[in-house]
Amino acid sequence: MSIATVNSPRFGALGVFAVAYLAFIYIPVLFLPLFSFNDSIYIAFPLKGFTLEWYGKMAESKGLITALENSLRLGGVVAVLSTVLGTLAAKAVTRYRLPGSGPTVAFIMLPLVIPGIIMGIALLVLASYLGLTLSLFTIGVGHLLITVPFSMLVMISRLEGFDKNLEEASSDLGENAWTTFWRVTFPLAIPGLIASLLLTFTISFDEFILAFFLAGTEVTLPIYIWSQLRFPAKLPAVLALGAVILASSFVVVTFAEWFRRRGVQIKTSSGV
Amino acid sequence: MAERVVAAPFTAPRPNLIARIRGLFIRSEPLRGYALLTPTLLVMVLALAVPLAILVAYSFWTQNYLTIDKTLTINNYAVIADKLMYQSLLWKSIKISGAVTLATVVLAYPMAYFIAFRVQKNKLVWLILITVPFWTSYLLRVFAWKIVLGYNGVINSGLMSLGFIDKPLEFLLYNPFAVVLTLAHAWAAFAILPIYVSLEKIDRSLIEAATDLGDGPVMRFFRVTLPLSLPGVIASSLLVFIPTVGDYVTPKLVGGTTGIMIGNIIQSMFGKANNWPLGAALSIYAMFAITILVCVFLWFTKSLRKNVA
Amino acid sequence: MSEKPIIRLSGVTKNFGKVRAVNNVNINIGHGEFFSLLGPSGCGKTTLLRMLAGFESPTQGELFIDEQPMSTVPAHHRPVNMVFQSYAIFPHLDVRGNIAFGMRKARLPKAKLNDMVDEMLEMIKLPGYGSRGANELSGGERQRVALARALIKRPKVLLLDEPLGALDKKLREQMQIELRVLQKSVGITFVFVTHDQEEALTLSDRIAVMSKGNALQIDSPTRLYEAPTNRFVADFIGTMNFFAGNVRAVENGDATIDAGPLGDVATPADAMPTGNGADIVVALRPEKIRLAFEATSDAINGVEGRMGPTAYLGDRSHFYVFVPGREEPIAVAHQNLDKVDIRSHDTDRPVWLSWSRDAVVLLPPD
Repeated sequence: MSIATVNSPRFGALGVFAVAYLAFIYIPVLFLPLFSFNDSIYIAFPLKGFTLEWYGKMAESKGLITALENSLRLGGVVAVLSTVLGTLAAKAVTRYRLPGSGPTVAFIMLPLVIPGIIMGIALLVLASYLGLTLSLFTIGVGHLLITVPFSMLVMISRLEGFDKNLEEASSDLGENAWTTFWRVTFPLAIPGLIASLLLTFTISFDEFILAFFLAGTEVTLPIYIWSQLRFPAKLPAVLALGAVILASSFVVVTFAEWFRRRGVQIKTSSGV
Repeated sequence: MAERVVAAPFTAPRPNLIARIRGLFIRSEPLRGYALLTPTLLVMVLALAVPLAILVAYSFWTQNYLTIDKTLTINNYAVIADKLMYQSLLWKSIKISGAVTLATVVLAYPMAYFIAFRVQKNKLVWLILITVPFWTSYLLRVFAWKIVLGYNGVINSGLMSLGFIDKPLEFLLYNPFAVVLTLAHAWAAFAILPIYVSLEKIDRSLIEAATDLGDGPVMRFFRVTLPLSLPGVIASSLLVFIPTVGDYVTPKLVGGTTGIMIGNIIQSMFGKANNWPLGAALSIYAMFAITILVCVFLWFTKSLRKNVA
Repeated sequence: MSEKPIIRLSGVTKNFGKVRAVNNVNINIGHGEFFSLLGPSGCGKTTLLRMLAGFESPTQGELFIDEQPMSTVPAHHRPVNMVFQSYAIFPHLDVRGNIAFGMRKARLPKAKLNDMVDEMLEMIKLPGYGSRGANELSGGERQRVALARALIKRPKVLLLDEPLGALDKKLREQMQIELRVLQKSVGITFVFVTHDQEEALTLSDRIAVMSKGNALQIDSPTRLYEAPTNRFVADFIGTMNFFAGNVRAVENGDATIDAGPLGDVATPADAMPTGNGADIVVALRPEKIRLAFEATSDAINGVEGRMGPTAYLGDRSHFYVFVPGREEPIAVAHQNLDKVDIRSHDTDRPVWLSWSRDAVVLLPPD
């Protein structure tokens, strides 16, 4: 019988597997930036040489710049709204005894398990029924639908991480609900809030399926990319764009995760 | 009429009502809690429940060239039941999703196990490394596979320039295999999380107790670790399977003609084929099938848990 | 006390769904009293405390603080302050910030507030701790900061929810003394929740013993110990021997009770819970039973038995004596006034137990 106990940190076969797994996740994606610097419109080996031409083309494209602006604006609004809604819901669920809270929470989480296409067409149908023209607003509603559950999850985990009594103590000492929120809840929740904002922004920024169904004349960046995929000559510029998006999302999300986990020091190592 | 004696004016009802409502709020915790929940719930109801209801309604209507005929009819469902194509396509989508789920969860489990049990110091780093790719553009990740697997793509041109093969491999792209591979890759990062959380929560002393009572590492795993992590496995499976059934982006980009899934047909109903009611009916039909499968799956795992325990 | 009580609980009931956590509780607490709510977990004591603080509202009944009904007064307007079991120290503020937290609404000039905080720091014996961070404090220090934070507001009533539970034994005993002294010097009414009966007995002016949502007996520690009115209280506080019996006769202020294996027990007939001919429970405290190794002829109440297991505690000995007709041994506590003869602890040795008429506690049958 091996002496190694249950939790002994060792690399072993499992470690090799883990590294291979990481490689599997990252390598295909790393080809994007790789070929974005490649001096050829064919995306194939052997590599032809280094160039920044594609990045240049990307920066010049008007359609791209507009789509980028749209995505940034939309992402910002969705991030703020979903974080507010998610935080309110998280506070209600973690700090109050609510009969029927189980089904209510499950309902709010539902968008996570419904195929995106179905939510997309359902909203499309609603918009048509109401006679709404499709626009960034309709995309925004769809994005809210999928970001609120995430925001709620992040904030629930953050709020559960610190003592429920803190808010009661504040109330006991004379602060009403509003001032309690600003003096106690908000300062302690900030890491979670920031994480939620960043995460929901990224989700909205990169989201394609709902945007595709719900877009009018103004398009978001993923839709722009989709429209470019048909043109082989434009492909490398798309790669350049893809590489930039990948890199910035990577930075933003890493920051968000680091921030969120740093805030959960109060709990022990329970991961997510 | 006899003069009526006017009674003394009683205290204004308004303040009383407000005080009563305030009192009600103070006394009732559920009321305060639900008041907080209301904005969120409202948005979700309007954006989810109402559209779904309308979708169901649409499935009972008919497309009359450019207008919608709103007389209720089950014609769309009859069409679906009649045409074998829809059913076989749905079944094929389910099989593909099933394969994706199986591959993803089976591969994710050891990875989650590694981080939960074998890593001591840098769990955070591993978790970030794993999860970050998931949050980046799905579209780009699918596209990455397209260029990797393509006829003139990375694998083929790489192997050819290295001299391993003469002609490009054709089986790589535009078939169900490519779809499964791409989707498994897309979900690989995410599937780990529920399993990891579940594993991390296991009380280590339970495993030590099993060792103390005579179980070797393999027996320990099957009798203690695996059953206790089952909720995480189930959650992960459902979170991968359900959205995948309806996916259309991956089949469109890397599926070719043989890799089509039900999502593509539904999407075309709302696009070129312009038959919204039929598209709605197909969506309901797909959701229905998914729900039944999920129930079967959950019932199965429940009885599995009873047997193992 | 001729004054009106500072706290009055009138018919207070609290249901959580189907569970009745507090059942028709009536308690009056006087100004300046150290009042404890004592009982096992789940008895409703913490729920009662939280209702006083305003975090729960009663399903039925009414709470009065200084004769003002509290049903429309939210927690942050009540003249009470609470020390939580977990202390609830704000992690993002230092000690000074924590203590001064509740004084924001008073809008005092900064200098005055600082002086008040310093005064509190002196009182809790942590001078100079003002700028320490919350997570730099030990358990005992946190508890004191929580106390200061509440007391700086000069509440009419201080509520304490098992504040000493998380401390180790020595620290707990020290804090018990400090709390008592503090309460007497500040003169504020304390309502103290605990499951530790020794703690309650030591600290309180009066105790309400609770079980399953009911306040079973509200009395001073002495009366609770010497004159419990029901079995639960008698059993919960200290150790007690119980014997089922039947009232044989009542005459001339004396009652004779047939207590089975114990024989006939003589006791004063005042305040008997049941009457002549009815079932009754005879209860005896272990220390009120005299144990002898020879039969004494002048014992009023007595019985012969055999020695069972014993425990030697240095200053006292605990004996467990078997009497015929009773399976459970009788617990007897004996002060070792003379040097102990080891032989006196021999098992199976015949012993004679006796007790006075006044030592008997009478309880209603279960």
